[in-house]
Amino acid sequence: MQGRLTRVNLAALAIGLAFLYLPIAILVIYSFNDSRLVGVWGGWSLRWYRDLLGNQAMLDAAWASLRVAVLSASIATVLGTLAALALVRAGRFAGRTAFVAMIYAPLVMPEVITGLSLLLLFVAINIDRGFWTVVIAHATLTLCFVTVVVQARLLDFDRSLEEAATDLGCPPWRVFMTITLPLIAPAVVAAWMLAFTLSLDDLVIASFTSGPGATTLPIRIYSEVRLGVKPEINAVCTIMIAVVASVLIVASLLSKLTVASRTQRSA
Amino acid sequence: MVRFEDVSKRFGATAAVDRLSLDIFPGEFFALLGPSGCGKTTLLRMLAGFETPDEGRILLDGSDIAAVPPHRRPVNMMFQSYALFPHLTVAGNIAFGLRQEGLPKTEIAERVGAMMALLQLGRLGERRPDQLSGGQRQRVALARSLVKRPRVLLLDEPMAALDRKLREETQFELMDLQARLGLTFVIVTHDQEEAMKVADRIGVMNHGRLVQVALPEEIYEKPNSRWVADFIGDVNLIEGRVTVADADGVVVEAAEGIRFQADATDGAKTGETVWVALRPEKIAIASITDGKRADALYGEVLEIGYRGDVSVYKVRLDNGLVMKAAAANTMRRVAQPFGCNDRVVLSWARDAVAVLTR
Repeated sequence: MQGRLTRVNLAALAIGLAFLYLPIAILVIYSFNDSRLVGVWGGWSLRWYRDLLGNQAMLDAAWASLRVAVLSASIATVLGTLAALALVRAGRFAGRTAFVAMIYAPLVMPEVITGLSLLLLFVAINIDRGFWTVVIAHATLTLCFVTVVVQARLLDFDRSLEEAATDLGCPPWRVFMTITLPLIAPAVVAAWMLAFTLSLDDLVIASFTSGPGATTLPIRIYSEVRLGVKPEINAVCTIMIAVVASVLIVASLLSKLTVASRTQRSA
Repeated sequence: MVRFEDVSKRFGATAAVDRLSLDIFPGEFFALLGPSGCGKTTLLRMLAGFETPDEGRILLDGSDIAAVPPHRRPVNMMFQSYALFPHLTVAGNIAFGLRQEGLPKTEIAERVGAMMALLQLGRLGERRPDQLSGGQRQRVALARSLVKRPRVLLLDEPMAALDRKLREETQFELMDLQARLGLTFVIVTHDQEEAMKVADRIGVMNHGRLVQVALPEEIYEKPNSRWVADFIGDVNLIEGRVTVADADGVVVEAAEGIRFQADATDGAKTGETVWVALRPEKIAIASITDGKRADALYGEVLEIGYRGDVSVYKVRLDNGLVMKAAAANTMRRVAQPFGCNDRVVLSWARDAVAVLTR
């Protein structure tokens, strides 16, 4: 089928994009609004960004979110990569099917359920909810995404490279560090970034598992919005969009790069 | 040097290697030859340590290596895919094995440099594998496995990815290298020409067993079975019955009434069904010029397979049997004395006939 940009196609594309991005565009534009009233345009200004710098509660929340995202993404990346290795390399071990199902279940599990069950767990084992409970909860949430991304890379990994390294006198753990890991690194980094963004914008699970002194940015924003939308919130959200978008762009570029180098090699 | 003792390896229900015993001697260039799936690569991988035998022992320099993990075995393997590390340079690839030994930097640099000079990789040191041609990659793979000075070098179809011309050059280089370094080489190949050219000794494998282990010329001239005769090179195989078998020789009578005289053969008894193997190039083909000779066979050319240096003639003999004869094209083709449908005469020497009992 030859793709052509007819008028109908163009209209469909415009409507679709508008449906997806118009609300975000409006948010971004209004974050530069000079007026105090959210619905009234008062000219361009950066005053809400300036005000934001003075809003300590918001800055604290952003800092907490960032730390949670970095820590939980790192934990999820390590565990998720190990899970992917087990799935691809360990062959048909007993209970593999169950293991696969359990790894992938959180992908489709409603977040409310994940959040609630984690909350119940933390209460049951009597852990004070706070920073670390959010980190653990987010690592649980994002682990499966990491596994999916890394597994795809491992599946077309040439095992003879590892055999060659072993043959040349390299013990198994060093084979992993010097051969396997550098070659799957782009996928691992991309997976980390995905986990990072997932954690950064999660509200549901965080609100179940966070406690006093561990308010993440989405929770903060949500609670402020309940008292009415302030232009400052628009500014925060715009910054978040920028961070998430740039991380995702880098991640997709990384995975494209690996694909490109692979096709080049096989050519 | 290397000894396999009753080694078996099964994958599921099929035996890849079936109670196989073999001795490989120091300084030897040994070829494992067989069709794909005959177990030759499995045998090599067991020696390298990537597969463990289900039964039997593998001895290296007299000691069992079952307990030695692959990264501690003093053997190195060159992979069919070359398995060059894509994220390392050529020099980095070659140095990889030496770095694992924790050698001093200067010694590593020296040995890598010497190996690159030996394999004419001169200025490619800083290139990445994906910037090399197929032939260059093959040399890097060879250099990488040789630089460790292995007790045995294992080569898994090392030339499968090269084109014919390059393959021939590389075969000679490999022989030269083996002679100069005095190492033991074990090559796995399905290309019988390659095996015969490079190897001192050949082990022909089929269905996980060694069918024949002998010098290349012995394998070719005195195959021990129909299967080997047929697998190695081109052959006329004719079924017949032994009518005479004594110290002077054997006479086999084929169904079509032709009598083959051969030298005395072990195991050929009068009245038994045997097969006569006759290589096409050992059959002389000529146009009929003079009167009939009693020991020659007459027939008509059916087909000519022109290969450039030689032509293979399919000849239907007057008694119905079809035989192949090959003749070197010493003259330009237009000057050939016979063509399709011409009457010709076939003849051969008595010692060209091999009698096979199985």
